[in-house]
Amino acid sequence: MKILVAVKRVVDHNVRIRVRPDGSGVETNGVRMSMNPFCKHAVEAAVQLAEAGQASEIVVVSIGPKASNDVILTALAMGAHRGILVETDAALETLAIAKLLAKVVDEEQPDLVLLGKQAVDDDSNHVGQMLAALTNRPQATFASEIKLDGHTLEVTREVDYGRETIDLALPAIVTADLRLNTPRNAALPMVMKARSKPLAVRPAAEFGVDLTPRLVVESVAPPAERAAGTTVASAIDLADIIVADVNEMEAI
Amino acid sequence: MGVLVLAELDNGTLSPATARVVAAAAKLGAIDLLVAGPRAAAEAGATLAGVAKVILATETVLADGLANLLAGLAPGYEHIAAAASTTGKDVMPRLAAQLDIQPVTDIVAILGANRFTRPIYAGNALQTLTDAQARHVLTFRASAFRPAAGGNAAPIETLDATVASAARFIAAHRTESDIPDLATAQIVVGGGVSVGSAEGFKLIEALGRSLGAAIGATRAAVDAGYAPNDWQVGQTGKIIAPDLYIAVGISGALQHIAGIQGAKKIIAINTDAEAPIVKIADVALIGDLFDILPQLTAELEKRGLKG
Ligand SMILES: Cc1cc2nc3c(=O)[nH]c(=O)nc-3n(C[C@H](O)[C@H](O)[C@H](O)COP(=O)(O)OP(=O)(O)OC[C@H]3O[C@@H](n4cnc5c(N)ncnc54)[C@H](O)[C@@H]3O)c2cc1C
Repeated sequence: MKILVAVKRVVDHNVRIRVRPDGSGVETNGVRMSMNPFCKHAVEAAVQLAEAGQASEIVVVSIGPKASNDVILTALAMGAHRGILVETDAALETLAIAKLLAKVVDEEQPDLVLLGKQAVDDDSNHVGQMLAALTNRPQATFASEIKLDGHTLEVTREVDYGRETIDLALPAIVTADLRLNTPRNAALPMVMKARSKPLAVRPAAEFGVDLTPRLVVESVAPPAERAAGTTVASAIDLADIIVADVNEMEAI
Repeated sequence: MGVLVLAELDNGTLSPATARVVAAAAKLGAIDLLVAGPRAAAEAGATLAGVAKVILATETVLADGLANLLAGLAPGYEHIAAAASTTGKDVMPRLAAQLDIQPVTDIVAILGANRFTRPIYAGNALQTLTDAQARHVLTFRASAFRPAAGGNAAPIETLDATVASAARFIAAHRTESDIPDLATAQIVVGGGVSVGSAEGFKLIEALGRSLGAAIGATRAAVDAGYAPNDWQVGQTGKIIAPDLYIAVGISGALQHIAGIQGAKKIIAINTDAEAPIVKIADVALIGDLFDILPQLTAELEKRGLKG
């Protein structure tokens, strides 16, 4: 089985982001970047399938500027076999990303595509589902467990009411949630080895996809700040406050 | 042209999110509400103000089936909308790609027929955008909108369409409880990993019960197995906007705050006066939750607030 994993380079999830004062966006210059956490879970899932002898090749793809090589190298160090960078400096919308990935799926013909369920920068949670539509494959989003039995994938998904289990026939698209696994930190020898694994760089323009944005972002603003509050001394005082609050609440 | 709204169902009944999404979508036009479930859910949907017509279709739960169902109806509508729930998130991007539309999701404010505000970076920034496409695929965060009023009696039309899905539903693992719906609750009590055990969460639940509140949890508490995954609040869990959020033993990591930014009032109970949650709380009580919760719950029960 061949697996394609899509990964994104984003502002590191530990960084407290800053909105640019002119409202043009979030400051990313000079900010620590890393692989989107959800993508790490997707890579880990692929590597575990390979280690279990259920996958023979893992191809990792990232779409973004040259610097996205970083996250491809991280995935290669974790155990992926080769990388593809679809290079573009443009900030692409999720539909354009999904269309580029659909072209890569067309070329690579993977049995399984794994992605993170969302990227922690724009929090869209679109691309896996869109790719499934564009490639006409079944999807299982928000996966917290994956079992492969021959050509059938059994996926447990985290949903609003709890969890649900669905079966998909390969080829299929799966997006990873955080409880899917614990991503490994690649040991130094693996990091060194990653540098000798094949990594193809392909300009996005080569794929013949219309990448023109459909949305016009007018402004980006920080959320309203919460004013500092007060401290109470005892549970009884807190009960007084809660009772007052509840009595003031509008009935819905 | 009107708005097609996908009704949010839970176990065959209309969930509280639907009334809120209907209220949001009503700002864009007259609503046709698609209910892919039992007739009783369609009847409940027909009572919502703003609904011109309910379209009742066979029960469909998987994303590709729902997307195909919506795609079949799509030509008649300018806007197609759903809740930013796990169902809406599963279905709407798939539908959008099918229709070659870039969706706008997790909308928290409607500024015009094609102007919206949505949070990015776990709610640490708000993006205002114009959707220049002729047709729009949208999801709304239910917690950001008030529910539509009842009292309507919209007609119900039955749609004769069979939808196939390439996936197969095997089993639902439902967290059974009589606790109010977390996503739309007016009061929520949240517990962190410092609650220490599933047994410890009983203290959180008891406080919740004394207030008729829903229960939330941090990712750390869910990962540790103290609380079910559907209680997780935050960037990757539920987004809530209660009138009152009581955070117990929760540090206030930015990914957790992402889920409670819409809360009107935040009360924090924490041993650490320097915890980030204390910095943003309206009221804080510094102390040990294991001492405070039994006292607080007993006091609230004495005053008979519940319900
Ligand atoms: C990509 C990503 C997504 C994430 N998504 C989410 C999400 O959706 N939701 C979420 O919650 N987290 C999420 N997280 C995790 C988040 O970063 C934090 O790790 C988590 O919220 C911390 O949970 P906590 O507050 O329970 O634990 P801690 O941060 O360990 O805090 C425990 C708190 O309890 C206090 N305490 C200890 N003992 C007591 C006591 N006896 N009485 C009172 N107080 C006490 C401590 O002072 C401390 O403030 C995500 C992380 C990542 C990387």
